[in-house]
Amino acid sequence: MYGAYIPKKPKRVLILGSGALQIGQAGEFDYSGSQCIKAMREEHIQTVLINPNIATIQTSEGFADKIYLAAVTPEFVERVIAKEEVDAILLSFGGQTALNCGLELSDSGILEKYGVRVLGTPLEAVRDTEDRQLFKNRLGEIDVKTARSFAANNIEEGRAAVEKIGLPVMLRGAFSLGGKGSAVVRTQEEVNEALRRAFAAVPQVLVEEYLAGWKEVEYEVVRDFRDSCITVCNMENFDPMGIHTGESIVVAPSQTLNDEEYHLLRTIAIKVVRHLGIVGECNIQYAFDPNSTDYRVIEVNARLSRSSALASKATGYPLAYVAAKLALGYTLPEIPNGITRRTTAFFEPALDYLVCKFPRWDLTKFKGASLKIGSEMKSVGEVMAIGRTFPEVIQKATRMLDIGVHGVDPEKFTREDLDTALSEPTPLRIFHIAKAMKEGYTVERVHDLTQIDRWFLEGIKQIVEMYQELESVKGGRIESDTLRRAKKLGFSDAGISIATGIDHRKVRHDRVELGIVPHITKIDTLAAEFPAETNYLYSTYHATEDESPASRKRKIMVLGSGCYRIGSSVEFDWCCVNAANAAQELGYETIMLNYNPETVSTDYDVCDKLIFDEVSYESVLDIWEKEQPEGVIVSMGGQVPNNLALRLAKDGVKILGTSAEDIDRAEDRSKFSALLDDLGVDQPKWTHLTDVSKVDEMVDELGGFPILVRPSYVLSGAAMSVAHERNELVRILERAKAVSSDHPVVLTAFETNAREIEIDAIADGGEIVLWAISEHIEDAGVHSGDATLMLPPQSISIPTIQKARNISAELARALNITGPFNVQMLAKKGAVRVIECNLRASRSLPFVSKVTGNNFVSEATRRMLGVQKPVTNHALDLAYVAAKVPMFSFPRLVGADPLLGVEMASTGEVGCFGDDANEALMHSLLATGFRYPTKGVLLSLGPLSDKYSFTEEARALAEIGLPIYATPGTAEMLASVNVECIELSKEEGAEGSAMDTIDQGKVDLVINVPRSYDEQGRPDGYLIRRRATDAEIPLITDLMLARAVVEAIRWRRDSKSLKILSWDEYLDRKPMALR
Amino acid sequence: MKLILEDGTELSGQSFGAHRSIAGEVVFNTSMTGYVETLTDPSYRGQILVLTYPLIGNYGVPGEREAGSMSRPFESNEIQVLGLVVQNYVDHHSHHASRRSLAEWLKSQDIPLLSGIDTRRLTQKLRDKGTMRGWVVAGGNVDWEKENAKRVDMRKEVFDLVSPKETIRHEGKGGPHILLVDAGCKDNICRCLLERGATVTRAPYDADIVALAQDVDGVLIGNGPGDPKDLTSLIEKVRELLGSYSKPIMGVCLGNQILALAAGGNTGPLKYGHRSVNQPVQDLLTRRCYITSQNHGYHVIDESLPDDWEPWFVNLNDGTNEGVRHRSKPFFSVQFHPEASPGPQDAAFLFDDFLRLVAAVRS
Repeated sequence: MYGAYIPKKPKRVLILGSGALQIGQAGEFDYSGSQCIKAMREEHIQTVLINPNIATIQTSEGFADKIYLAAVTPEFVERVIAKEEVDAILLSFGGQTALNCGLELSDSGILEKYGVRVLGTPLEAVRDTEDRQLFKNRLGEIDVKTARSFAANNIEEGRAAVEKIGLPVMLRGAFSLGGKGSAVVRTQEEVNEALRRAFAAVPQVLVEEYLAGWKEVEYEVVRDFRDSCITVCNMENFDPMGIHTGESIVVAPSQTLNDEEYHLLRTIAIKVVRHLGIVGECNIQYAFDPNSTDYRVIEVNARLSRSSALASKATGYPLAYVAAKLALGYTLPEIPNGITRRTTAFFEPALDYLVCKFPRWDLTKFKGASLKIGSEMKSVGEVMAIGRTFPEVIQKATRMLDIGVHGVDPEKFTREDLDTALSEPTPLRIFHIAKAMKEGYTVERVHDLTQIDRWFLEGIKQIVEMYQELESVKGGRIESDTLRRAKKLGFSDAGISIATGIDHRKVRHDRVELGIVPHITKIDTLAAEFPAETNYLYSTYHATEDESPASRKRKIMVLGSGCYRIGSSVEFDWCCVNAANAAQELGYETIMLNYNPETVSTDYDVCDKLIFDEVSYESVLDIWEKEQPEGVIVSMGGQVPNNLALRLAKDGVKILGTSAEDIDRAEDRSKFSALLDDLGVDQPKWTHLTDVSKVDEMVDELGGFPILVRPSYVLSGAAMSVAHERNELVRILERAKAVSSDHPVVLTAFETNAREIEIDAIADGGEIVLWAISEHIEDAGVHSGDATLMLPPQSISIPTIQKARNISAELARALNITGPFNVQMLAKKGAVRVIECNLRASRSLPFVSKVTGNNFVSEATRRMLGVQKPVTNHALDLAYVAAKVPMFSFPRLVGADPLLGVEMASTGEVGCFGDDANEALMHSLLATGFRYPTKGVLLSLGPLSDKYSFTEEARALAEIGLPIYATPGTAEMLASVNVECIELSKEEGAEGSAMDTIDQGKVDLVINVPRSYDEQGRPDGYLIRRRATDAEIPLITDLMLARAVVEAIRWRRDSKSLKILSWDEYLDRKPMALR
Repeated sequence: MKLILEDGTELSGQSFGAHRSIAGEVVFNTSMTGYVETLTDPSYRGQILVLTYPLIGNYGVPGEREAGSMSRPFESNEIQVLGLVVQNYVDHHSHHASRRSLAEWLKSQDIPLLSGIDTRRLTQKLRDKGTMRGWVVAGGNVDWEKENAKRVDMRKEVFDLVSPKETIRHEGKGGPHILLVDAGCKDNICRCLLERGATVTRAPYDADIVALAQDVDGVLIGNGPGDPKDLTSLIEKVRELLGSYSKPIMGVCLGNQILALAAGGNTGPLKYGHRSVNQPVQDLLTRRCYITSQNHGYHVIDESLPDDWEPWFVNLNDGTNEGVRHRSKPFFSVQFHPEASPGPQDAAFLFDDFLRLVAAVRS
């Protein structure tokens, strides 16, 4: 606007992505990377992206000019730099992965060698923030306080530093993401173990004074190269110091700071950012004394972060987009404000609402994992609730977690020892606080136990008091004043129903009759000070008027996927965004409903109206009644919207595509199995669970163990388990019943040594229009989300493929499918059996879309909206192979057994291409952190049959020249087939144990296939697996995968043998036409 | 309790402060913190204040000021607003410095507090109509109470209410001597000068400032309520001063408008008043930008400035004037609040610049 500056723009920039989603680094980087690419395109700058995460928006058509689905490692990045002749690189949009890779490239002189300019924050500033000692020194130069600390480079130095500071201390890892390697150490006994763990994860550890009970406050700061500087937002943690900010419940803006304190920290933030010379966006974290105005700067993240994604969604200020423009040399006043469309990026949002971020954990999915939370990040996703009181936002947020609660329900999770439940933080602490208050704990007592600020606790107390008031409602009718107050405190109809015992439909009916309805209001960044044209909306009972009246255009509504958790993450966001785009292209107005701040779907640019709110029966109905769209898409956001289909349809909501009744016929295990029987489609033997006392009969009926237990309506195998013996089965059944009492549980014979295949397809009126078939490398039994997928299939026969296709076609017809569906099948000895069918977008839909070059979601959306255009299918005739490989976050989950099973455990995935299966697999593995073994391989193979079936591969490893270490049984087998190996004991503490060998760094690949299960159903070999995980050594626990990996290593001996080709280079290859 | 606007809008809420009826201009502010500072800012004298941040009262209120003290966070010795309207009043305050709840404080000074109002919706009305007259009505007899509610005359009375009764001298630490012209000036302007070592003589707006100015090293004309054009005698005196004075003169907020009017320029009402602490301004000379605290409904009209004056700062949101300066003499002023409180401290350097200039001219 004022004084336009013409920067020296780069011609071709390289953007580094963050790779597979993992704990500490999730969908937020798809959002920041996508915004960055958008900003570059506007400037007509060519973009090259490296990111192996195939399910992201940023790796889609129409974003970057060139996309490389390859590991973000210095080697591959250098090869891309050389090939693509880029002249600049952006490092701050791909999380810690991109930043660390950039630092390595700079250190090794690669960037200089190719004349590649780093845009945005200079690397010196990055180093100043990443190296703990440098950081302290730099802030000391301007008299800004940091915590008293000493940097240690090894365990000895660490111990000495602990001595000097005195217990308790805080350990923090340098150059790490998600607080990896950090811990609060309270006792002398914990010191050694904590340091050992920390140094296994990071090269440098900071031993720091522990500021117990201090407030934790963050600011998001933006600075341009001309030194204009603003703070976009501040945030305050509900949980005090000691709990990682990614593990904390967070509110924005801060609630307990007065003006002087707010601006004291703001002024320091700006001073620090100017001194460090950040250009773009960064985040600064403080510890703040609750009893004075004393503070410490904890850290500065000189890049886009999870917090910045949250701040963007909390305020409507597009931080990543602005940071990208600043990196090009623009100044803040030159960048237009996308939300007001009248002002510039040089402003600080004023909020007339508050937001609450709540992390989502899945700790119970991991056998053996500690349930406590602390200074290391363990959560796998987060939600953000918007409202006008703290009780309102925290209740909304707990519902959004999709953990089966209807608010901060004091009775939902009970614990015997409440004092411990309060003083030792777990994911459920908020509910224990509510329970304690209901039991009569005072705010003061809860504060003493938790150190949580009394202000927040008073808010929870209000909820509990209302809960009790509702409990006392008699006669089936709630006073209108009570109802109104309850809704303003964030109670849902279902929550009110639980407390009062009145049916939730009646609650809804009564309140609507009384005119107690939410209103949709705008997020305009300036608290209504002057008019703004924004489409960013939320609903609240505190508003008195709808600010965004329904238009008369043809419109549809897309239900988003909600919070990321194991089994549902960025892939469903990709589906939702593509569905919205496809509908827009057909001329529809689109309304997006979602509440996950990490997503692209909640970018207000993606749709015509973004309603950032709950995806629940109640909220969808509220919006439906206001907006009256032509229909609602429930099939793109995974299980959350899919589960709503039947109830919404019964209340008159038009579900686009496959009917809700048909969705139910596929989701309800019992109905579905009956349907398969009717169709004459083969399926594993199954039976209903009706009575736990009849377990033995049922087991006989199915032909004995192992048995698969599956409740209905599940995502990612929640509560789906395999029982190997009776006691285990009984235990699993009890747990499964707790998950869903409305739907029956099905027992199925568990097939061993079977291939698993999946068909993803789009149908229209029951006829398949697009399809793709993939094969799992692992045998059936590994959850499809944890399995390694190959497309096209590599080992199944053509008759099997034909059978699978015919079955899918029959199902499409029988269920009258219009839209996406996914069928999972077993193939064994020529037979094909169906195990599951979901009438919604599957996790693998982005993968099959990008591999086949057909956008399945766009096609599905068109078909659901009645548009038919001919499409060409490329299911099998591909001139390349692609592999989808899961990413696990086991190193962060202390104690968890890193073993795969029918319950999903992976947190992310990658998908890479190759000329053949070996190349595709190696590319993918490297992108999930796998490294070529060079030192030695530890083998500990399962049952005798497994051991022998690995003979060829063991020999191959020996031929490569890798020393082989083996546990006794495996060693015996290897000797019998003349493969040399070094025998190791499995016992901890024994001379030359497998665990010691791992600790000593003698092996860099561990293959451990469990052999037997104890009576608790726990597999053996836990110690070996866990030790390999803690040492961050690649671990393979599946025999079929192990064989495939060895095969790949054999033919692709090092990373130089892997080609670096862009996505379009693969897609342009056409197989020779057959005449 | 009800809020009634002159356009007929009636909004009901709960009463937490003094339960009495009042009448005054209804204005708003979008700051997310700083209610103690704002409520004691004399610029709000006679007005009913609406806050858009939905939770007000979180950190309570510190204890009463000691007599003669100018302690933070108070901006004057008493609550200046006539009444307060919020979305959700928070009674359970939590802060180490808090000694009482906001409601207790308001009650102690007989100020009504109306909670439970959709202040976002209300603000949309207020901004579109400019400032509106309104009533907070405590009882059931609406017409009678509207009729009898006490109102402050905003043309003359308001200045007498907020201006000090006599000239006060605050001794500094060896710095220059500044005359602070007080037509409702926030304490923090005075504190900002004192903290930098200056001695401050704080004089009422109707004092003989031309004479007083001769004995000091520089003059600062502070903020205050109302329409600047109503301060005709002050404008006249400043005009006289501008003609003869060679020492630095600085203006803040109302002071900016007074200087411009005295110089021969004109002021007018803004389409949308600036009532927030996130107002972006740009220095037209250096091109540097600052986030500033503002509260004004009138602005200096750039085109009206005489030839020897020039615009200095511009508002990046609406392009209106945010400061003027004389082309050759050391006279300058800003429309925003460099003293902040509440709000960002980005522009506090202006006090340094002013005092540096004062020192330079003195020597």
